[in-house]
Amino acid sequence: MEPIRKHEGVVYPLNRSNIDTDQIIPKQFLKRIERQGFGQFLFYNWRFDDDDQPRMDFSLNQDRFKDATILVAGENFGCGSSREHAPWALQDYGFIVIIAPSFADIFYSNCSKNGILPIQLTEAEVQQLIQKAETPGYSLTADLENQKVTDSEGFEASFTITPYMREMLLNGWDEISVTLTLEDKISTYEASRG
Amino acid sequence: MQPKTIVEKIWEKHVIHQETDKPDLLYIDLHLVHEVTSPQAFEGLRMKNRRVRRPDKTFATMDHNVPTIARHFISDPVSRKQMETLYDNCQEFGVELADINHPDQGIVHVIGPELGLTQPGKTIVCGDSHTSTHGAFGALAFGIGTSEVEHVLATQSIWQAKPKTMNVKVNGRLSPSVTAKDLILAIIGKFGVRFGTGHVIEYTGEAVRALSMEERMTICNMSIEAGARAGLISPDDTTVDYLRGRRNVPEGDAFEEAAAEWKALATDEGASYDAVVEINADEVEPQVTWGINPGMCLPVSGSVPHPEAAESPADREEIERALTYMGLEAGQPISSVPIQHVFIGSCTNSRLSDLRRASEVIQGRKVHPDVRALVVPGSQTVKQAAEAEGIDKVFIEAGFEWREAGCSMCLAMNDDVVPSGERCASTSNRNFEGRQGNGARTHLVAPEMAAAAAIEGRFVDVRSYFTSPV
Ligand code: SF4
Repeated sequence: MEPIRKHEGVVYPLNRSNIDTDQIIPKQFLKRIERQGFGQFLFYNWRFDDDDQPRMDFSLNQDRFKDATILVAGENFGCGSSREHAPWALQDYGFIVIIAPSFADIFYSNCSKNGILPIQLTEAEVQQLIQKAETPGYSLTADLENQKVTDSEGFEASFTITPYMREMLLNGWDEISVTLTLEDKISTYEASRG
Repeated sequence: MQPKTIVEKIWEKHVIHQETDKPDLLYIDLHLVHEVTSPQAFEGLRMKNRRVRRPDKTFATMDHNVPTIARHFISDPVSRKQMETLYDNCQEFGVELADINHPDQGIVHVIGPELGLTQPGKTIVCGDSHTSTHGAFGALAFGIGTSEVEHVLATQSIWQAKPKTMNVKVNGRLSPSVTAKDLILAIIGKFGVRFGTGHVIEYTGEAVRALSMEERMTICNMSIEAGARAGLISPDDTTVDYLRGRRNVPEGDAFEEAAAEWKALATDEGASYDAVVEINADEVEPQVTWGINPGMCLPVSGSVPHPEAAESPADREEIERALTYMGLEAGQPISSVPIQHVFIGSCTNSRLSDLRRASEVIQGRKVHPDVRALVVPGSQTVKQAAEAEGIDKVFIEAGFEWREAGCSMCLAMNDDVVPSGERCASTSNRNFEGRQGNGARTHLVAPEMAAAAAIEGRFVDVRSYFTSPV
């Protein structure tokens, strides 16, 4: 996967909590056997009406957010199913950083396997960003090395991330290759259990 | 010796490698695979010339996407391709598969226990969030994403930070005709859809001990709806009795030895948890969800909430959004809401005991003329057992459709879809927007409640069926 160190981009605010993976990528699009091409289906039932026409009242369809790469959302983002199609869709659509007050566990770890940076900020910080992001072109810088989120107007917030996940994302490591360096230990463990 | 929780005991037995600043590398005893979350993982192996390390600890089936009628030909080419891909991958990598024509086929979380693959003390993963179901046996079972599926296929291990533990203690006993489903909905309703995040829940207390294995599976199944990645119950005689004689468990003396080991896994007296919550079972009434997540639930005697009653602006906004999506008025009694569909099925409530209890309600009655009702057994084994008891006839005579096993209308990936704007009383586990079809409105209930709703065309307290003559 692509390493991620520092990313600057336009912010898209989605002020809803408990955004579940059925909303991020509805099940009718889970039949594909590829990893690519899910971006067109992101938030499908919010972005499109029953006749597959774009709903212009859903803000992601508006021009001002067309270059957004940072998503800011409410609590418990990514709850529900374990489908990795959710981070694939977000990434394929163009999102690289997701900021929320909290994430569902499986979604959070799925992000880290795909080079998406999930950032947990406080509820107050997230609300502040959601308001700021109403200004067209509002952008943020997410700095993984220094674990900081900043904007040009003086906003600054730091975030925590486990050292392991930080390493993985900074280096874009393939986790399986890392684990296979420990293959002897796996074999020893298997032998010990008979 | 320091008293330990079952989670700590299982964890310690499975750590392969530990390092500071890293999660632990944990060995996986059983990897369950299905058609939707595995194709990209097998493709990843192929691209890197990797093999499946332990095909003997890997088991696959087809469930999410399978048709539940006219199975001989899958007309949707994309679905067909997904199933053919799983078939080819299992052939190529040597993985045992219960495919669509196999007598063991069924929802992965129904057949694992049925086949005795699910056992106490095992670490179990599957590319599916309801893997927590297997925790009913005192296994540490959790859902993983596709990258992790690939990792487990290649290495039979996974990097995991040791989770925090939470004791959900259920005091007292459930009243008659109040079910495990009502209990887990009431727990999520009381504590919310996030209270388990970062924790493994252990369900304890008198009411939990009194539950059958199938009821325990219903409880553990919905742990993920509380945010917990896993939920489990310490093994006891109920667990051992369920497993005795199943296909993949040891026999004779070896079984008795295994049983003793399993029971020794139970949480020690005095062990401490990172968090504890309690609920009284005797307060729980039959539940119905009214909103767009499982925490939005009510006793059947209750009314849809007012947004003004919300504790925060965010909650208020969520209630308003839910009311709009669900087409409900604040303050409306939930029992006044007419329904058009009934779905009895899913990994939460599609086992033999679920179908039995629903059929008792149905017996001699007819489905309401405005309702379309569907029973989808969790596995072909359940289907056959139910047919042997004549349960299929009870449903069919009442006007239900009796289908082949699969996930079906739980997520509506196949043709079993609820049309936009229509309402479904469903025994599944998620009432998210669009889950059962774009614009579909889902109300989660227990099988008995779904059966009664099918007859009445609206929600009623099923206990009235058991106490008063018809
Ligand atoms: S029945 Fe529903 S919740 Fe269970 S595995 Fe299938 S789709 Fe998932």
